[in-house]
Amino acid sequence: MPHDHHDHLSPSGHPYRQDNDGPLTYWQQMEIAVRELLIEKGVTTPSEIAAQIDAMDARSPANGAAVVARAWVDPEFKVRLLADASAASREMGFDIGPLNLIAVENTENTHNLIVCTLCSCYPRNLLGLPPDWYKTREYRSRAVREPRAVLREFGVDLPDSMQVRVHDSTADMRYIVLPARPAGTDGMTEVALADLVTRDSMIGTGLPRTSG
Amino acid sequence: MVRPSTMADRVRVKALMPPGHVRAPAYLRGKTGVIERRLGAFGNPEQLAYGHEAEQKQLVRVRFTMEELWGDVAEAPKDTVDAEIYEHWLEKA
Repeated sequence: MPHDHHDHLSPSGHPYRQDNDGPLTYWQQMEIAVRELLIEKGVTTPSEIAAQIDAMDARSPANGAAVVARAWVDPEFKVRLLADASAASREMGFDIGPLNLIAVENTENTHNLIVCTLCSCYPRNLLGLPPDWYKTREYRSRAVREPRAVLREFGVDLPDSMQVRVHDSTADMRYIVLPARPAGTDGMTEVALADLVTRDSMIGTGLPRTSG
Repeated sequence: MVRPSTMADRVRVKALMPPGHVRAPAYLRGKTGVIERRLGAFGNPEQLAYGHEAEQKQLVRVRFTMEELWGDVAEAPKDTVDAEIYEHWLEKA
């Protein structure tokens, strides 16, 4: 039967995504009502809303990766980044709005991990939208309770000698990890280095790619 | 950064459970840490969340050890959690 709910795979082998046929929730109705009122009253327009969504979607971890690569090749920039990551990002031309950004540096002794236990605070202007797992209750609760176990599940197995510092974005700051520059990348250009910088390495759940 | 003269370097998050929008996570309430850095003044989110005019409150980053947070079941006692806590949620420890 084509509409059998036990059929989870399409003929092409892809899983079906359930249609969103359910009734709107209270807050979905509220969002639509407020949006329509703002448009009716001339406060905003549908094209402004679409442009804002486009701007949000255009942000990607490539922005953060460019900042990290610059810090790897330019020691003075790195000093400025660690002192004031908002100003250093603006200096590179990134529009980070009113974002208050703190960069935390991974070293041979210290590994940093970012979480927002209360909700989903994330440096969106530099990294784009957060991954779904970042917003789950599981990640949010376990990152502060057993970060090493969480990291192992992400494939990062840290020695006991390494100190883990978890940063909980509880209020007005947002965080980006400055991962350690991988060994064997001495001759690489800034652009090539940026390709090594993954999203997860800037959250702290991963490490940069190695050049090989 | 403004350094409030009344602020000790060792601080405890007040063990309060008020209703409403609060940015001091429950798992840190009653826990003691050290001030990692001072961030300056920001609008109080407990007022901003309801569209009220917000007082400016000093915000600091406090560093807690895993041992302080989780006691004997800490995964690695010397690992740390840093969190931003508003001054009105902190007391001298």
